[in-house]
Amino acid sequence: MTRENDLSIADRVNDSLQRRYRAEARFQWYGRIAIFLGLAAVFLLFADITAKGYKAFVHTQIQLEINFDTLEMGLPANPTADDMRRADFDRVLQLAIYDRFPDVSGRNDRRTLRSLVSSGSVYQLQSVLEANPELADTTQRVWLIADDEVDVFNKGYISREVPEAQRRFKDIQIGWLDDLEAQDEIRVVFNKTFFANGDSRDPEQAGILGAAMGSFLTMLVTLLLAVPLGVGAAIYLEEFAPKNRLTQFIELNINNLAAVPSIIFGLLGLAIFINFFGLPRSAPLVGGLVLALMTLPTIIIAGRSALKSVPPSIREAALGVGASHTQTILHHVLPLAMPGMLTGSIIGMAKALGETAPLLMIGMVAFIVDVPGTITDSSTVLPVQIYLWADSPERAFLEKTSGATLVLLAFLITMNGLAVTLRRKLERRW
Amino acid sequence: MDLTSLLAALIVLSAAAYFLGLKKSQTIASNGGGITSLHSLPSYYGTMVATWCLLPALLLLAIWQFSEQDILQNMTLDSAIISDVSEDEVQRGLLINTIENIASGALSTDNPEHAAAAEYLGEIRSSSQSWRNLLVLAIAFLGSFIAWLQVRADKRARNHVETILRFALIGCSLVAIFTTLGILLSVLFEASRFFQQVPFFDFVLGLHWSPQTPIRADQVGASGSFGAIPLFLGTMQISFMAMCVAVPIGLFSAIYLSEYAGPQLRNTAKPLLEILAGIPTVVYGFFAALTVAPAIRDWGQALGLTTSSESALAAGAVMGIMIIPFVSSLSDDVINAVPQSLRDGSYGLGATKSETIRKVVIPAALPGIVGGVLLAVSRAIGETMIVVMAAGLAANLTMNPLESVTTVTVQIVTLLVGDQEFDSPKTLAAFALGLMLFLVTLLLNAIALWVVNRYREQYD
Repeated sequence: MTRENDLSIADRVNDSLQRRYRAEARFQWYGRIAIFLGLAAVFLLFADITAKGYKAFVHTQIQLEINFDTLEMGLPANPTADDMRRADFDRVLQLAIYDRFPDVSGRNDRRTLRSLVSSGSVYQLQSVLEANPELADTTQRVWLIADDEVDVFNKGYISREVPEAQRRFKDIQIGWLDDLEAQDEIRVVFNKTFFANGDSRDPEQAGILGAAMGSFLTMLVTLLLAVPLGVGAAIYLEEFAPKNRLTQFIELNINNLAAVPSIIFGLLGLAIFINFFGLPRSAPLVGGLVLALMTLPTIIIAGRSALKSVPPSIREAALGVGASHTQTILHHVLPLAMPGMLTGSIIGMAKALGETAPLLMIGMVAFIVDVPGTITDSSTVLPVQIYLWADSPERAFLEKTSGATLVLLAFLITMNGLAVTLRRKLERRW
Repeated sequence: MDLTSLLAALIVLSAAAYFLGLKKSQTIASNGGGITSLHSLPSYYGTMVATWCLLPALLLLAIWQFSEQDILQNMTLDSAIISDVSEDEVQRGLLINTIENIASGALSTDNPEHAAAAEYLGEIRSSSQSWRNLLVLAIAFLGSFIAWLQVRADKRARNHVETILRFALIGCSLVAIFTTLGILLSVLFEASRFFQQVPFFDFVLGLHWSPQTPIRADQVGASGSFGAIPLFLGTMQISFMAMCVAVPIGLFSAIYLSEYAGPQLRNTAKPLLEILAGIPTVVYGFFAALTVAPAIRDWGQALGLTTSSESALAAGAVMGIMIIPFVSSLSDDVINAVPQSLRDGSYGLGATKSETIRKVVIPAALPGIVGGVLLAVSRAIGETMIVVMAAGLAANLTMNPLESVTTVTVQIVTLLVGDQEFDSPKTLAAFALGLMLFLVTLLLNAIALWVVNRYREQYD
C-alpha cells in the first residue's frame, strides 16, 4: 500500500462526508414529513367533519301567531285523542302564515310561502294543543321548525351573491326571511329534534335517536354475548387447556378470525342466522350476534394477555394455602386480570360500535322511522345511519351526516378514553 | 307467560335453589360437627343445586324455541282445515306466510279456510306456549329436587361444580371453531350452488362483469355475465394505491419515532396517529366520498384530465390513511425488536445513523415489515365501507387511477343489500365473491403470520 493510496482513502472519506451528512439530514426529513402527513390527515379529517357538522346541533325556527280556531280545525268541544288526530292543523298553520305575509298572493307563491316551515309542524301544533287543551280558540305565538331549505340558507351555506337562477332558494323567499329577521321572528337554537327523532325523509325532522337506540340494543346483545364468551375462552385457553392439537387448532382459528374481513361476518349472519335459523332481518338481535362473533377474537386475545401478566407467585400462594386450581383462578388470578380484560372488552366494543359492513348484509339498512324498543324490532345503527344519510341528495342531509358522525366519534373517543384511563388507574406493575 | 317472564321465573327459581342447597348443607354441618365435616364449602352445594335447576330447563327451552315454529306450521298445514295443500315446498311456504300474517293481524282475508287455519294456528301456539312453560318449570323443579337430594356431607360438590364450569369454558373456546366452520360452510355452500349455474373458470377468468340475470330472454341489457377479473383488478388497484400511501408514511413515521424522536414527540405523535385506527370506516368513506373525491375531480379538471367523481384514487388514498397506523405500529414493533448490539456495531464502524437504519436495522427487520405489509394488504382487500361509498359500481377494466373501478366488497354489498331471492345466480355470486375474499385474506394472513413468527424467533 503506497502513501498516495492511503491519502486518497482519507480524502475519499472526507469528500464523501458532506454527502453522507446530507443524506442523513434528508433521511430525517423523510421521517418528519411522514409524521407531518399522518398528523395532517388526522387534523384534516376532524376539521372537515367538524366544519361540516357542528351546525347540525342547531336549527332555524320561525315564530308564527297561531290561532287554534276549533271551527277551522273541525275540533269538537272536549276532544278525544282521536279527534285530535283528525283535526286539521294544516289549515290553522296555513292561515297563520298567510296572515303573517298578507301581501303574498298567487298559488305558486303561496305554496312556496307555506313551505317556509317544516311539514312536520302540524304534529308540533297537535302536541302543543294536546299538552295544553285550554289553548283552544286562543291565539298563541309558537316557534315552529323551519323547512330544511330555509335552514340551509339561514345558516349561510348558500350565498346571496349567487345569481338567483343558480340557487333553489329564491329572492322572494330571502325577502320573507329578511322580514322575519327584522321582526325577530326567526331564530337559530339548539336542535332538540336531532336528538329526539328517528329517521325521516324531511331533513329538518330527521334525528339520530332511532339509530342511537338501535346501536344501544345491538351493543347490549354484543356485550352480553361477547364478553362472557371471550373471557371464558381466554380463561380456558390460558389456564386450563392442555397443549394438544385441539387447543392449537382453536388458537389458530382465533388468530385467523381476528383478521377475517368484517363483511365476511355479514355473510355468515345472512346465511346462518337469518336464512338457516330464521331470525328476523334488520333486528339488533342478529346484528349483535354477528358483531359478537366479530369482536370475540379481540376480547380473547386481550383477555389472555391480561391473564398472562398476572405473576405466577399469586397462583403459587393461592395453591399453597389449599385453594383448588379453579379457586385460584376465579378468586385470585381473574380479579387481578380484570382491568386488562375490561380494557380489551371496551376496545372491542368500540370497534363493534363503529362497524357498518356486516350490518348492511343482514338488512339493517332499511329506512326506519320508529325508535326500536326491543332487540327484535327492525332498526338501524349509527354508522349505518351515517351511510344512509351520506347517500341522500338533499343539501341539509350533508350537515346531518357530519353531525351524526360527530356524535359517533364522541362515543368512540369516550369509550377509548375510558379504556386508557382504566388501564392507567387499575394497571399494576409486578 | 311470555319468554321474558319465563326466564325471570327461572332466575328466581335458581336463586331459591341456591339458598335451599346452601341451607341444607349448613344444617348438615351444624348437626354433624361443624363446617369441616362437609366435603365442600356450603356455597358449592348451593351452586350445584342452582346449576341443576337452570341447565336442563334452559336446554329444553332452547330446543323448544328452535323447533316450535316448524312443528306448529306443519301441524296447521296438515290439519286438513285447508282442503288443497300442495306438496310443493315453495307453495307451502307462501301459504303458511299468509296464514301467519292473518294470525298476527297484519292481513285480513275473505277466505274462510285461511281464517280458520289462522285461528287454529293461534290456538295451538298458545297451548304450545302453556306446555312449554309447564314443562320447563317442571324440569327446573325436578332438576333442583334431585340435586337437593344429593346434598350430603360426603358429596364432592366443589369438584362437581368445577367440572361443569370447565365444560362451560371449553364451550366458550369452541365458539371460535364454530364461527370459522359457520363462515366456511355458509360461503362454501352458497358458492357451490353458484358454481353449478356458472362455470368456475368463467367466474375467475371472465373479463366481463354484469350480474343482471335476465327475467325474460329478450330483455335489454340482460347479459348476466359473471367474469370477476375486473373486480379483482379493481380491488388490486385500490389496494395498491392504499399501500402507496400507507407504507411510506407508516414506515417512515415508525422509523423516525423509534430511532430519532425524543420521548416528548413520541408520546404525543404516536397516540395521535393511532386515533386513525379507531375511526370507523364509514367515517373514512364519508370523508372520501364528500371531501377527497370532489377535490380530486376538481384538480383533475383543472389540469385538463377527465376525472371520474368516483375515482379509484380517492378511495385508495383515504384507505391508505386508514391503514397508516396499522403499518406504523407493526413496523414499530419489529424495529424495536432489532437488538441494540447490531446498531452499536454499525456505529462502531463509522456509519451514520441513517446508514445504520438503512443498511442494518431495516434489513434485519425486513421479514417483520413484509409480514406487516401483507397483513395491511389483507386489510385493504377486505375493507368495505370506503369503497362502497367512494368507489364506483361500474366494472371497468382499466388501470387509470382517475377512472372509476369497482371492487369485490362493493359488489358483495350491492348484490346483497335490498330484497334477494336465494336461488338467483346474482345473489349467490356474492357468496362466491365472499369465498374468494375469505380465501385470499386467509392465505395472506397465514403467510404474514408465518413470516412474522419466523422472524421473531431469530433474535430471541
